[in-house]
Amino acid sequence: MNAGADIATTTVTMVDALNLALRDSMTEDENVVVFGEDVGVLGGVFRVTSGLTETFGKDRCFDMPIAEAGIMGVAIGMTALGLRPVVEMQFDAFGYPAMEQMFSHLAKLRNRTEGRWPVPIVVRVPYGGGIGAVEHHSDSSEAYFAQTPGLKVYTPATVGDAYTLLREAIAQDDPVIFFEPKRLYWEKAELPVPEAAEAVPGRAVIRREGEDATLITYGPSLSVCLAAAKAAAAEGYDVGVIDLRSVVPFDEGTAADALARTGRGIVVHESAGYCGVGAEITARLTELCFDILEAPIQRVTGRDIPYPPPHLEHHHLPSVSRILDALADIL
Amino acid sequence: MNDRTETTLDGYWTPPTALTLVALRNGLRAMIIGRRLDRQASNLAKQGYLTVYPSSLGQEACQVAAAQALGPDDWLFPTYRDSVAMFTHRIDPVKVLTMLRGDWHCGFDPKAHRCAPHSTPLATHCAHAVGLAMASVKKGEKRVAMALCGDGATSEGDFHEALNIAAVFKAPVVFFVQHNGYAISTPSRRQFRAKSLADKAIGYGIRGEKVDGNDFVATISVLRDAVEHARNGFGPVLVEARTYRVSPHTNADDPDRYRNRSEAEPWLEHDPIARLTEYLTAQGRLARDTLRDIEDAAEELAADLRRRVMIPPEADPARLFAHVYADPPPHLQEQRIAVLSEEYVA
Ligand SMILES: Cc1ncc(C[n+]2csc(CCOP(=O)(O)OP(=O)(O)O)c2C)c(N)n1
Ligand SMILES: [Mg+2]
Repeated sequence: MNAGADIATTTVTMVDALNLALRDSMTEDENVVVFGEDVGVLGGVFRVTSGLTETFGKDRCFDMPIAEAGIMGVAIGMTALGLRPVVEMQFDAFGYPAMEQMFSHLAKLRNRTEGRWPVPIVVRVPYGGGIGAVEHHSDSSEAYFAQTPGLKVYTPATVGDAYTLLREAIAQDDPVIFFEPKRLYWEKAELPVPEAAEAVPGRAVIRREGEDATLITYGPSLSVCLAAAKAAAAEGYDVGVIDLRSVVPFDEGTAADALARTGRGIVVHESAGYCGVGAEITARLTELCFDILEAPIQRVTGRDIPYPPPHLEHHHLPSVSRILDALADIL
Repeated sequence: MNDRTETTLDGYWTPPTALTLVALRNGLRAMIIGRRLDRQASNLAKQGYLTVYPSSLGQEACQVAAAQALGPDDWLFPTYRDSVAMFTHRIDPVKVLTMLRGDWHCGFDPKAHRCAPHSTPLATHCAHAVGLAMASVKKGEKRVAMALCGDGATSEGDFHEALNIAAVFKAPVVFFVQHNGYAISTPSRRQFRAKSLADKAIGYGIRGEKVDGNDFVATISVLRDAVEHARNGFGPVLVEARTYRVSPHTNADDPDRYRNRSEAEPWLEHDPIARLTEYLTAQGRLARDTLRDIEDAAEELAADLRRRVMIPPEADPARLFAHVYADPPPHLQEQRIAVLSEEYVA
């Protein structure tokens, strides 16, 4: 999208919405800096940072040597003087060299210094599969980060949320691992969209009301859940869908309220099920709603295997039919 | 572990062997075939038979010399860019391309071929090469490991760690950096300040060599020396070959966003295949028939590759679970049964 385009009437992709969020944050606060691999003149391999160097200059958006641990460490150092770095990891799995910096420092610095050194950093991570990519290009690693105290974990599922959540992630003082579902990058919507105005980070949103069962999901699995709910409706079941929007914090209230009505829930996500995000959500909701549950909360997740090659990935990912099977088990 | 830090071997080793005419002809043949297969793979990617293909067009001297410098027990540790080196290392092209075709992550037996799977996470395989080399020393073998990587990958911490460990243990490893000027859109001047990557060897206390990577004769000479240096206990070698990535990063990349097309011209004038062909022809060592025979062979191999890649690969979901563990935990057994029964429903 072009700088200065009339956003009130523009149809944009999720990539555009993220780009616009970066632009607006950079305009608002000159401490916001953007860096990573190929984010400058190329505009990132997914073009999320397209034109930022042009508009804001090389000291606000710049390429780094290929050194993820170094990129992360440098970002942390910058926060001591008040900068607010937004760094890009080129793909989910290519952020792994930075994990030591994220786990040992990014997550802990506020705590170690008793609040004297906050680290307002956003780590943008294109994540998830379903795009037919070769190995190491389709991972979903949100559970590792959600397990690490001190880090917030956001993941938008709509174009509007991509904008709002990224803006808020940059503005707040906690470090946020911002997972962008890369298979939704080219989804389109009108900006501003109604839900963009409502999006409150840390607050889940009901994407579809339903009286018979509740699907609880986030990020790339939202569209699969909506399709499953539609398919279930054709079979006479009224299935609701909740989009968590952030894994940390987890808005248990919205999910528990929905379960209070339906008594039946399924958690759906792409990352592995074993010791995964769904396990925590299920446990928490069971604690809160045990008395009103009509059936054990189910999980439909990625299999507990290394992410498969493109020709086999459909067996791994949550699908409409897998969700319908899980519904059949509890309805 | 055998400690080589205390050995008396020090300094440089240059093997007394000269390049033979046969070696040069083999090099030319492999470069011509390699380029043809590389072009075929790029086309297959455009047509959707490969999910993506990173071409090594223009880097054939490096690709071929890397494989041909190795002895019969030596190992290759390639990256996504190095399919032509793997073809030259005598791995069936279809099996080399399995990862990019997307039916599995690796299509060949690494141990049978003495070749690690393509490494995509940059520089992470460099330490694997060091480990193999250290194991070889421990077992009293004379194997050398050659780790390939690009200019961009040298910025990774893993690259540094691998070189330092190899240096400390005098591990028989050759680190071969194809400096092709770019890491996706990032030119190497934005990647490091060193005048030459080979200079970095000084800091590790090891031998470093810089070579014109578009000159096959020079490249294979330097790499053969490096391999024998390492094999004979003188420690690791860092070789930098200066070359140019003529193609986009992959078929999905758009280099017009970050470089001028005219930049490639001087490199095209120093095309490695044209240079060796010219040299051998001028020496009267390359009959026109020989060249035509090589080109015919290349066409045939490309046609065979095309035909075999176009056959839809079998996609058996049982493969997903077959090798996650030697001894799978129960929850995986359950998932396997679920996936297989789902197949029947669908
Ligand atoms: C750890 C890691 N970070 C980032 C990437 C994404 N990536 C893939 S190729 C590439 C550029 C590498 O350039 P170079 O090492 O020069 O090799 P070339 O592609 O030029 O052969 C990048 C950044 C990756 N594969 N692994
Ligand atoms: Mg390069």
